[in-house]
Amino acid sequence: MDGDGLSAHRIPRDVIAANFADCAPALSHDEAQVAAARCYFCHDAPCIEACPTGIDIPLFIRGIATGNLKGAAQTILDANIFGGSCARVCPTEILCQRACVRTAQEEKPVAIGALQRHATDWLFAQKLQPYSRAPATSRRIAVVGAGPAGLACAHALARLGHSVTVFEAREKPGGLNEYGIAAYKLVDDFAQSEIAFILGLGGIAVEYGRSLGQNLALSALRQNFDAVFLGLGLAGANRLGLPGEDLPGVANAIDFIAALRQATDKSTLPIARQVVVVGGGNTAIDAATQARKLGAEEVSIVYRRGPEAMSATLEEQERAQVNGVTIRHWATPVALEAVAGQLAAVVFEHTRPDSAGRAVGNGERFVLPAQMLLKAIGQHFLPEPLATEGPRLEGGRIAVNKDGETSLPGVFAGGDCIAGPDLTVQAVENGKIAARAIHRHLGF
Amino acid sequence: MADLATTFAGIRSPNPFWLASAPPTDKEYNVVRAFRAGWGGAVWKTLGEDPPIVNTASRYGAVSFNGARIAGFSNIELITDRPLAVNLSEIKAVKRAWPDRALVVSLMVPCAEESWKRILGAVEDTGADGVELNFGCPHGMSERGMGSAVGQVPDYVEMVVRWCKQATRMPVIVKLTPNITDILAPARAARRGGADAVSLINTVQSITGVDLDLMAPMPVVDGQGTHGGYCGPAVKPIALCMVAGIARDSECASLPISGIGGIATWRDAAEFIALGAGTVQVCTAAMHRGFRIVTDMIDGLANWMDRAGYRRIEDFRGRAVRNFVHWEDLNLNYRTVAHIDQDLCIRCGLCHIACEDTAHQAIAARRANGRRQYEVIAAECVGCNLCAHACPVEDCISMVPVPTGRPRLTWKQHPNNPERREAAE
Ligand SMILES: Cc1cc2nc3c(=O)[nH]c(=O)nc-3n(C[C@H](O)[C@H](O)[C@H](O)COP(=O)(O)OP(=O)(O)OC[C@H]3O[C@@H](n4cnc5c(N)ncnc54)[C@H](O)[C@@H]3O)c2cc1C
Ligand SMILES: Cc1cc2nc3c(=O)[nH]c(=O)nc-3n(C[C@H](O)[C@H](O)[C@H](O)COP(=O)(O)O)c2cc1C
Ligand code: SF4
Repeated sequence: MDGDGLSAHRIPRDVIAANFADCAPALSHDEAQVAAARCYFCHDAPCIEACPTGIDIPLFIRGIATGNLKGAAQTILDANIFGGSCARVCPTEILCQRACVRTAQEEKPVAIGALQRHATDWLFAQKLQPYSRAPATSRRIAVVGAGPAGLACAHALARLGHSVTVFEAREKPGGLNEYGIAAYKLVDDFAQSEIAFILGLGGIAVEYGRSLGQNLALSALRQNFDAVFLGLGLAGANRLGLPGEDLPGVANAIDFIAALRQATDKSTLPIARQVVVVGGGNTAIDAATQARKLGAEEVSIVYRRGPEAMSATLEEQERAQVNGVTIRHWATPVALEAVAGQLAAVVFEHTRPDSAGRAVGNGERFVLPAQMLLKAIGQHFLPEPLATEGPRLEGGRIAVNKDGETSLPGVFAGGDCIAGPDLTVQAVENGKIAARAIHRHLGF
Repeated sequence: MADLATTFAGIRSPNPFWLASAPPTDKEYNVVRAFRAGWGGAVWKTLGEDPPIVNTASRYGAVSFNGARIAGFSNIELITDRPLAVNLSEIKAVKRAWPDRALVVSLMVPCAEESWKRILGAVEDTGADGVELNFGCPHGMSERGMGSAVGQVPDYVEMVVRWCKQATRMPVIVKLTPNITDILAPARAARRGGADAVSLINTVQSITGVDLDLMAPMPVVDGQGTHGGYCGPAVKPIALCMVAGIARDSECASLPISGIGGIATWRDAAEFIALGAGTVQVCTAAMHRGFRIVTDMIDGLANWMDRAGYRRIEDFRGRAVRNFVHWEDLNLNYRTVAHIDQDLCIRCGLCHIACEDTAHQAIAARRANGRRQYEVIAAECVGCNLCAHACPVEDCISMVPVPTGRPRLTWKQHPNNPERREAAE
């Protein structure tokens, strides 16, 4: 059948461009005023505690309400230098906005994320650089990984007067902000303009194409620098372990998304008519939604448990559904079928919870025709770059104490490569905490 | 269904809702639209002697509060800017077409008996129901010896009212300015002069804000500003107090009062009436949302009266006056303590921080299993009710009366009062 495989240009280019427009456009001045007026300026505000970076939310919203946008933006950025992207990508529905007292009162929280964007957008538009560096300390710190964790750490250290070198394996900074977050959340190359603002502070040199474990060794970094921060993220994508997993048409969801984020013209990306995504997290949601937006006709997410067990928030699940994605629960893939050496269908088995709550197959099968299968069943930390001299691991990730210090003195880590929620905002907080600890470690 | 018809200083209207003398009553077109919408009466925009005055651009300032537009409003307009003859012929036409509505004509002329006589004669010919003497305008006209320049001098008030009463058979309503220390002075003067009623308040002298770019007070006219007259929701408490003060004054007793100032809803109107007003007048609320607001005012008031068991306006008019006492008559032995309904509490902490920082440290902030818990410390609570005002949740904090077992005790009898009188046995 013609065009049943992978093909680009399934729908017109301008339709695709519109599909990938900002999913939550900026508030107008008036909208921001109305939203800000809803904040009660709580004492001991629960939202602050619910923000992993502890932004003084009532204070910045008051700044918006009074017309002090610079003060508002700085309140945000003081706590979270990635306040601009967090305003766009944070699952506020499970963070600050869930804790908002207005949620308890009327199930309609103050629009904290949107207001955060309003204030930070204003500051970026003014091209203001509110930060400066303390007098140089002559201390040098190596940061590995230019994702949110690494850059947040680098920025905080540079402000304190230290000089920072960031080693990044890829050709661009940003980590998943650049390669992973859904395209409609960070439009207009926001990830790069935000990083330009962060690096605009000075004192941070980034070396691209420097990959720990390949052309860079931890031992050398420890020798040549006063401290090291590891913000390596999760480099490994989990595999299904099924025969045929390397067939054309089968891909990791994160690779599909990365290609999508990097494409200047998304209409040139090949996409199948029928796509199946396996997994239950935000990566599955993002891959499925973006597959639909590229022109796939039928997209299903299949998850081995029920809706409440999905790590994707309800809002994210709804986003997929509104975009025409079908979410099927309680099923797991058991075989891949090929036609002419290309994926043609995925065979699933129904599951149900066993006595221990695990999802187990019940022997009943069904088949979903699919020319594209996107695997979104989780990522894992790849310890290989750390070689044998690496820090102690725990649960497959780098073990750290509350300051972010690893088992190796002077080596710190944060972000997705340590335990904790895999969120941009959490990575930023880890980087910030570690920077403070490194500062103390250096004897300040 | 309650009967809203009123007779005020001999003037009948189907309901107590009148439009105050201002832009909404500037000309036939507006007043006809208002009557069609259901307003019970209108006080025509103040007439003066020809040649007409000239107005500026801009004319209005406003105060927004927390997103609410026009919480307070101000203007630097003067009286009508149209020729007297045009106004008079329109008034005549409107009164003829709408005989059941109250049509009162507001007047302001120089402080000379001849001037008042002349204009009263002309107004009488229109068939209007009465006149309102504008002794209140606080800007523009006062500098010319009119408006509040008269209203602030009780002897002038009395004198002009006497002239008017001698010159016309129409009821004379005296509109009072709030820009005075004691509202009773001009009110009593009006009564001495023979006024049939008073209406109040006119606008309060004000600057609504300062344009920090232009460094000029608002509203700004070509880079400069002047003081204006403040009105709208923000002035209602001031107006209520002045109305109530006149209502309970023995010298003014039974002088009809038309309540004005910040009235936007049936509830506002009911409050003015409860404090003694026989009719109410509205300006800002109509300028903000149009004449249609009167529909809800009329049926809101009637529905409330039905619920409360009042059949006519007179059944509740002035009912709250007897409870408007002087501070020294309040019972100092009455106690209340704040009570927080923990099921309604949304844990914003505003009651705690208000009491902690600025009152009596009577609300404890606790954590129970990580959950915020705000608890009143009854022994510390003085019953000021600050917390209940700060709380954003309706009915979450209530002030619960606490029996003290002690008898009523006012300041007049209080041991701390050096001038105390022993309670009469
Ligand atoms: C598809 C997807 C969607 C997501 N959507 C959201 C969302 O909407 N909201 C949200 O809050 N979070 C989201 N997340 C999670 C969020 O992106 C991550 O939690 C966050 O980026 C973690 O930051 P990090 O700095 O720890 O790691 P990363 O962002 O992964 O950055 C790690 C960096 O280190 C570099 N690196 C890795 N190994 C080496 C090496 N050996 N040598 C040198 N450099 C190396 C990488 O190239 C990369 O630049 C999403 C994640 C995915 C996968
Ligand atoms: C723009 C404007 C013009 C006014 N002009 C007059 C006037 O000509 N004569 C008068 O007696 N009062 C005038 N007033 C005062 C109103 O009649 C009324 O007393 C005052 O606005 C308070 O009522 P409110 O709070 O309902 O507006 C004016 C008020 C406004 C806002
Ligand atoms: S009533 Fe006043 S003293 Fe009592 S708890 Fe509330 S704020 Fe504190």
